[in-house]
Amino acid sequence: MSTTEPVTTATPLPPAPTPGPMEARFRTIRDGGRKLLVPYLTGGLGPWTEIVRAMADAGADAIEVGIPFSDPAMDGPVIQEASELALRQGTTPGSVFAALRGLDAGVPLVAMTYYNLAFHMGDERFAGEMAEAGFSGMVLPDVPMEEQEPWRSAAEAAGIETVLLAGPITPDDRLARICEQSRGYIYGVNLMGITGVRASLGEQGAVLARRMKALTDKPVLMGFGVATPEQAVEVTQEADGAIVGTAIVKRILDGGGPDELHAYVSSLRQALDAS
Amino acid sequence: MSDPDPTSSFMGEPDAAGRFGSFGGRFIPETLMPACIELDAAFRDAWADPEFRAELDGLLHDYAGRPSPLTECGRLSEQLGLRLLLKREDLNHTGSHKINNVLGQALLTKRMGKERLIAETGAGQHGVATATAAALMGFECVVYMGEVDMERQALNVFRMKLLGAEVRPASSGSRTLKDAVNEAMRDWVATVESSHYCLGSVMGPHPYPWMVRELHRVLGDEAREQCRALLGGADPDVAVACVGGGSNAAGLFAGFADTDTRLVGVEPSGGAAIGGGVPGVVHGMASYLKQDEWGQVEEAQSISAGLDYPGVGPEHAHLSEIGRAEYFAVDDDEVVNAFQVLTRTEGIIPALEPAHALAWVIREAPSLAGQTVVLNLSGRGDKDVAQIMDLLKGEAK
Repeated sequence: MSTTEPVTTATPLPPAPTPGPMEARFRTIRDGGRKLLVPYLTGGLGPWTEIVRAMADAGADAIEVGIPFSDPAMDGPVIQEASELALRQGTTPGSVFAALRGLDAGVPLVAMTYYNLAFHMGDERFAGEMAEAGFSGMVLPDVPMEEQEPWRSAAEAAGIETVLLAGPITPDDRLARICEQSRGYIYGVNLMGITGVRASLGEQGAVLARRMKALTDKPVLMGFGVATPEQAVEVTQEADGAIVGTAIVKRILDGGGPDELHAYVSSLRQALDAS
Repeated sequence: MSDPDPTSSFMGEPDAAGRFGSFGGRFIPETLMPACIELDAAFRDAWADPEFRAELDGLLHDYAGRPSPLTECGRLSEQLGLRLLLKREDLNHTGSHKINNVLGQALLTKRMGKERLIAETGAGQHGVATATAAALMGFECVVYMGEVDMERQALNVFRMKLLGAEVRPASSGSRTLKDAVNEAMRDWVATVESSHYCLGSVMGPHPYPWMVRELHRVLGDEAREQCRALLGGADPDVAVACVGGGSNAAGLFAGFADTDTRLVGVEPSGGAAIGGGVPGVVHGMASYLKQDEWGQVEEAQSISAGLDYPGVGPEHAHLSEIGRAEYFAVDDDEVVNAFQVLTRTEGIIPALEPAHALAWVIREAPSLAGQTVVLNLSGRGDKDVAQIMDLLKGEAK
C-alpha cells in the first residue's frame, strides 16, 4: 500500500485558442450592454424544433438542446421525465441531429448531454455530426476538465466550443483553470444540487459569479434553479447571463407549444433588458 | 497473516487520474470534484495511519466477526470431482462481505467530520450494512433502492428501517440498482458538504473503485493464507466469485492477483457487462457497459437484485483486458439449481449472487476435475428464500 500524496495531473490540452465564433458573439452582445439569455429544452420532446425557433425569435441569445440520456444523474425530476418521455418516443442523437439540419434558428445552438453518447459513437464522429447539425457548443455535466480529452480535441477540430461548468464549492485554483479552459462561455452552477426550479436561490450563485468575473473576461452565465424573470435578473446582477431549463421543459411537458414558450422567453428577455 | 503486497503488478494503485489501464477515471459533475479529491486524500491518509487501521481491524474482528472461516465442502467436492473451498463471507455480521467496506467508509466518514451517510442498494445487503454502520456510529442514513428491488427484497427494506435508516425509492428509469445510484448521486450533489456517499461496490469515480477494493482485500488476504495453511503452502488452482459491480470478486482477486491462481468472475447472463465487451461511461467511470446502439444504458436482467447492474467496476474491465482474470456468464436456471445444490449437499443456503459463482463451477466441473477451487460465498441466502419459494411454488425438489 503506497502512501504517496495524490498527484494532480492536468490533462494536456491544446494551447489556449482564440475565442470561437460563439464566444466572440457572446462577448459582443455583452459588451453592447445586453444580458445574455440561454433557454434549454429537451430535444425530441413535443414540437421542439418549432419551440427552438420561437425562443430565438423571443430574444434568446443561444439555445441549449438536451440530447436525452438514459441516466441523467445531474438532472432533477422534470428533466428526467422529459428525457424518459423523449427516449420512449424514439429520440436518439441521430434523430436530434437530423431534425436540426437545415433549421436556421438564427442563434447558436449548444448541445447538453452526458458523455456516453459521444463516447459510444466516437468523439470525432459525434462532434462532426453536431457541427453538421448546426451546433456551436457542447455542455457535458459529467466531464470535468481532467477528463476532457479526447473529446476536447475532437470538438475543437469540428469547431465545437466545449463549455465547462463551475460550482459553488469549486476551489480558487480549480476555478481559475476552468475559466481558462472553458470555451464559448463558463456555465456557473448557482447552487449545490441538480437541475430544477427553486423558490429562492440564496447567495452561493452570486458569490460564485463574482469570483469568476474576477478571474476571467469570458462570458459568465449562471444556471440551475432560474425560473422567473425576477430570478433571471437576480443572477445577472453579477453574471453576464442566465440559463433557464427546467421552467421551460415543465411548460413543454404540460403541453405548452411555440406560442406559450415565446411569451415566456419574452418575459425573461424584457425583465433582463429592463434591469 | 502476511501483509498485502504493495507492489502488486496486477492489482496495484490506479494512476493519478484513477485509471486502471484505459478504465476508471472521474466522470462526475464539477460540484462533486472537490469531494472526490478530499476523499482520495482522506483515504490515503487514513490507510497509512496505524491507528485507523487498528480501529478498523478491531471493528472487523469484534463487531463483524472476522476472520471468516474457510469451509471445505466434503460432499459437493466428491460429487463434482474437484476440491471446493468456500470463503464464508456469509457468516459476517449482516450476512455478507458488504460490511468490510462499510465499516471502513464509516470510520472514514467520522474522520472527515461528516455525520450523514448516503448509500445505494440493489439486493439490500449494502443498504443493510450501511444502515448498520450508521446505527453503530450514530450517523443519519439514507438508502436509495429501486422500486422493483424494494418489492423483491421487502425484508431487507424493513431491516434497514429497523436500523433507523430512511429508504427512499428510486422510481425513474428501470427502477433498479443503476437508478438507485443515480438518485444517490443526485442527493450527494446537494449535500456533499455534510454527507459521505458510501458507495457499495468497486465502481463510481476514483477513488471508490480502488478504495472499496482495498477495504475488501482483507477477505482475499485471509483466503490466501487459509488456503496455504490447508494446502501445505500451495495456492488454489482457481479463485471464483460473482460479479455485479464486482466488490467481492475484487477483494478475493486482490489476495491472489500475484499468485499463479486462475481468477474467474461470474456475471449473470442478463447483465454481463464484461461479456458484452462494449466500453462506456456512466456513474463516474469508464468501464464495460450494457447499452444500446446509441449508448443509452440498458437494464440488466437477473434473478438476483444484487447483480442487476449494467456496468462493472473498472478494474475488472482492466483485468479482463489484460487477461489476468476471466469472466463468464451463467443463466438464472443454472443459478437456481446451484442454490439448491449447495443447500442440499452442504447445508449452506447461499445468496443468489454467489450461487452464480457456484453455477459456473458446477457447469465447468468436468474441465476443473481434480483442481482446488476457492469460491467466495459472499452472502447468505435468507433474503432470497421467499423469492425461491415463490419460484419453486413451495416445492423444493
